[in-house]
Formats: sequence, C-alpha cells, structure tokens
Amino acid sequence: MPDSAPLLTVTHLKKSYYTPDGDPLPIIDVPEFHVSSGDQIAVHGRSGSGKTTFLHLIAGILQADSGQIFLDGQEITALSEPERDVVRARSTGYIFQAFNLLDGFTALENVELAMMFGQGIDRQRARYLLETVGLADRLHYRPSQLSAGQQQRVAVARALANQPQLVLADEPTGNLDVHHAQEALNLIRRVCAEQGAALLLVSHDPAMLAQFDHVIPFETINRVLA
Amino acid sequence: MAKFRGLIRIVWRSLRQHALSTLVTTFSVALAAGLVMAVFSLQTQTYRAFTGGNFGFDAVLGARGSPLQLVLNAVFHLETSPGNIPWRLFQQMQRDPRVELAIPYAVGDHYKGFRIVGTTDVLFTDFEYQQGKKYELKHGRFFDSTRQEAVLGSFAAQKTGLKVGDTFHPTHGLGTGGHDHDEDYVVTGILKPTNTPSDRVIWIPIEGVFRMAGHVLRGSGEVYQPVRGQPIPDAHKEVSVVMLKLRDPQGGFFLDQEINKQGNMATLAYPIGRVMADLFEKLGWIHRVLTIVAYLVVLVAAGSILASIYNTISERRQQFAILRALGARRRTLFTVIILESTLIGVWGSLVGFGFYLLIVGVAGIVIRAQTGVVLHLFLPQWIFLLAPLGIILLSALAGVLPALRAYATDVAQHLS
Repeated sequence: MPDSAPLLTVTHLKKSYYTPDGDPLPIIDVPEFHVSSGDQIAVHGRSGSGKTTFLHLIAGILQADSGQIFLDGQEITALSEPERDVVRARSTGYIFQAFNLLDGFTALENVELAMMFGQGIDRQRARYLLETVGLADRLHYRPSQLSAGQQQRVAVARALANQPQLVLADEPTGNLDVHHAQEALNLIRRVCAEQGAALLLVSHDPAMLAQFDHVIPFETINRVLA
Repeated sequence: MAKFRGLIRIVWRSLRQHALSTLVTTFSVALAAGLVMAVFSLQTQTYRAFTGGNFGFDAVLGARGSPLQLVLNAVFHLETSPGNIPWRLFQQMQRDPRVELAIPYAVGDHYKGFRIVGTTDVLFTDFEYQQGKKYELKHGRFFDSTRQEAVLGSFAAQKTGLKVGDTFHPTHGLGTGGHDHDEDYVVTGILKPTNTPSDRVIWIPIEGVFRMAGHVLRGSGEVYQPVRGQPIPDAHKEVSVVMLKLRDPQGGFFLDQEINKQGNMATLAYPIGRVMADLFEKLGWIHRVLTIVAYLVVLVAAGSILASIYNTISERRQQFAILRALGARRRTLFTVIILESTLIGVWGSLVGFGFYLLIVGVAGIVIRAQTGVVLHLFLPQWIFLLAPLGIILLSALAGVLPALRAYATDVAQHLS
C-alpha cells in the first residue's frame, strides 16, 4: 500500500453466521470502506444490522469469510489469530457500550492492563491519560466505586493506552444519560484528536450523530442490508 | 518480566475475587501435602528408630518364645515379659568369648506406669547406647548396687516428677495398677535425655528386684524366697533377659544356631533390627493403607482445584473476552489459569508444612510417651522436596481443563 493510502481500507468484506440448521446467514457484505488518519466518522443503523460485527472484523476479533482489511498498510485479514491479537493491542483502541472494565482492577490498572498487551506498561502515560479524561483523583478507584460516566472515561483512557491509530467506539454513550452521554462524546472526540487517532463510532442516537461532520448510514456500506 | 508481573497481577486479583473458594481449595491442598509428608516421615523415622540398629545391643537372650516379644520387652520396654531364665545363662554369656558385653535385666515392677528395670552398674560404666555415648547424669549419681537406690531416665523423671533425694514405692506388675511394695527407693540420679526408649525407664540394682517383698526366684527350678541379710545363691537367681553386645556378626550367627536351633532353654533375638524389621513388614499394610489414603486426599485436593477454578470460568467469560479484546492471546488466558492453579498448589504446599508439623508433632508426643522414641520434626527428608513438587505439578495439571475452557472463550459472543 502506498504511503498516501487511507488508514483503514476495507474491500469486498464478507461475513456470514450460521443458523442452527447450518445454513449461512450473510451479515456483512461491504464492497468498500475507508477511514483516513484523523477522521472522525459516525455510522448509524438499526439494531442487528451487523455494525458490531463490522467493528469486530476491523479489530481482528472476528475473521472474515472473504475480502480484505488493511490497517495502516497491513492486511489484517491475512494474519493468523495471534498476529491479529498483536495488531489489535498495538493499533486499535476499543470503546464498548457496557464499558467492559475489569472489576478487580483500579482505574489505573485497567489502563495499564491494556498497555501490557500492547506497548508495555507505562504508568506515567496511564496516569496522564486518566488525568486527561478528568480522573486524576480517581486513579485507584475500582469500577464499582465509579459512576457510569466515570467508568466510560476510564474506558476512553484505556482505548488510547497504546497510542492507537484507530479507535473503534461501539455505542459508547448507550448506557449514559443525556448529560453524561454528551460529556463522554465530547471527551472521546477531543482525546482522539489530541492523541492523533482516527475515530470510527457506531451509534443510533440522533443527538450524538448530529455532532459529526461525517455520518454514514450503515445500509450504504453493508450490501446485505440494501 | 513486566508482562509476567502483569499476568501475576491478573492471577492474584482473580484468586482474591474468589477468596473463599481459593481459601478452601488451598486448605485442602495443604491438608494433602501435610498428610503425604507426615505419612512418609512417620514411616521413615519410626522404621529407622525401631529397626536401625541404634540400640547399643545386638541381641537379647530371654525365655523360650517369641523373639519379637523379647525385643519389645527388653529394648523398647513394651509388652509383658515372656518369662525368666536362670542366672547361669547370664554367667555363660559373660564368659562367652563371642560376647563383648552381657547385662542382665530383671523386670516386674513399675512406678506410675514407668517400668522399673533391675540391672547391674555395668550398664552405666561399660554400656554405650550409641557408639561413643554412655549414659550421663543430668543430676545426682548412679545407684549403689547394695542399696535401694534408683536412677531415672529423663522422660520418666519429667513425667513422675521425681527428683534426686525423693523416695518412692515400686508398684508390682508391668502395666498400670498392682499393689505397692513396701520398699522405699531413693532417687540418686537423673539421666540426660538419650532420645531412646531408655528415657522411660527407672533403673534399680538387680538385687533390689530379687529381694522385693513378694518376689520369688525360681532359677533352680524350685521356689526360693530371699532372706534379708543373707546372700542369694546364684543357683536361685533368675533374670528376665540378658542384653548382649557381640564382638562380631559371625559370633551372633553361631550363637543363634546354638541357642535357637539346637538348644531349648532360651531364645536369642538376633539381630534386633531384623526382628523389628519383620514386625514392620507384617504391619506394612498399615503404611500402605495410609499412603493410599494420603494419595487419595491429594487427588481429591487436585479435583477441588479443578472444580473451583472450572466453576469460575463461566462467570469470568466476559473478563476473558475483555482481555482478548485488549489484545491478550488465547495462550495468555491459558497461562493465567495454569498460574492460578499452580499458585494454589504452591500456597497449599507451604501451608502443608504447618499440617505436617501438627500431625508429626502430635504423633511424636504419643510415640515418645508410649515408646520413648523421639521423632525429629525438622529432620531433612526427600519427601519435603518431592511432595511439594509433586503437588505443585498436579495442581498445574488440574488447571489444564479450566484453562482449555478459558482458551476457547468466544470473544465476540461475550462482549457487549
């Protein structure tokens, strides 16, 4: 791939699930999709349309049936699972709707855990990230001691732990009230911009989507829904 | 290294999150480790103590009957006496060139359950209970063979509370109960501990046993009652056993032939260690049963590790999925679970030493009280290395099945 290529390129990507009868159920058929460095793109679509599966494919959590995904010039669809694990740890940050923090670990440790699988534990950076998301005084709190909004902030800091080029956010404000959802979105966008990471966000909340310049209906990406 | 520390942190947090289950499992592993070490240590130490030949004597000459009973009675001061033999057999042994040392024992009384043994002062002057070690006094002096005096073994002194200068009345019989004799015996000495069955013995002059009121002598075949102030003719004297130290094993072989195969007057228990080894062989099934029980407890402990970790896997699926989403490889999850089970094995083995000390400590008190044999808690033994290593290895193996479940976690299915 040339240097001027987009950060993320998806071509002819297909993924099917299988029914209990063993019949294939196509869920993803994306002929082409791009994200450039620094982009902040929102994708919306109805529930069950395959948005999460699409993000999982990009993150290398799932293996595609066919097609190609290039992330920063590396074809992750051609990698083995352990190799995809490495790429995911180093190049991708993931923010979930349910935060998915680890209960037994403090905010600081949650961020450090992500570093452990990526660039190595850097406590100073972990502190800096948590300070950036406004949790300087909650470093040693466990998730159960934090509010929902604070938990999502930890998740944001964790997603950026390894200085990823791409942050994938799957309904990141879905579990927050309007006020905290707005705060969280502002935070995600600001921190991604500060850290130089592109953002691919999935949401079905019109209020959130309205704040993005670049909003793509998932139906236009995924031919299965057409 | 930092990654390993991170993994240990994950393992530690996980075990802490399931603290109760971790504690119970660690306890069961500790019990298993303690039991295995205790069973092997008890077997090794008792076998060594009872058969190891560290008795000071090579053979016991006593009444016709069981060599085992002779040894138990004369060396370990257990069991009843099988009967007496004439004094002249003792004199024969004294003269026998194959015999280095012959010491007569006469038994028949006790004090507060501690056996009184009549003997000669040669026991204190010439006898070595271990090579180069003779009985030594902690307090007082050895008895005067012409007086009613007694020297106490250290354990007997400690348990009876008798001190130098105290007097006591011997009680007739070898066990508990019996009537008190009228004779007063004065304690003249307390021996230093020897960690042998002798520590439980009260030694008095053999003449004192002959002359104890109510005792009769049948050395000549006729009943003879000693008369006060008059010497006892040798022909009437009799002893319970003659303890023998031989000059060489060849002499023992021929003595064995002469006394056991050709004679019919007495029995020679020789060598003492083999007589006791025969006993241990007969009782070997007890050790085998205990060993099997210990192994079963180890298996149950390994099973409890497997079950306790396996049961947590379902609730930890999401945790595994999150770790995988963060970039953890499948093998990392596998390693985490194996480390968890291994760590339980390590903790269990460490705590197991506590159980070992408890079991062998209590058993040691009982064995010492019953036989005078002292067990050493901290005697270095291979089992202290092998049992923990085996248990840690088994613990790691017990983690394989749960680890495979963790390995197989479907990330996409468990993320939300």
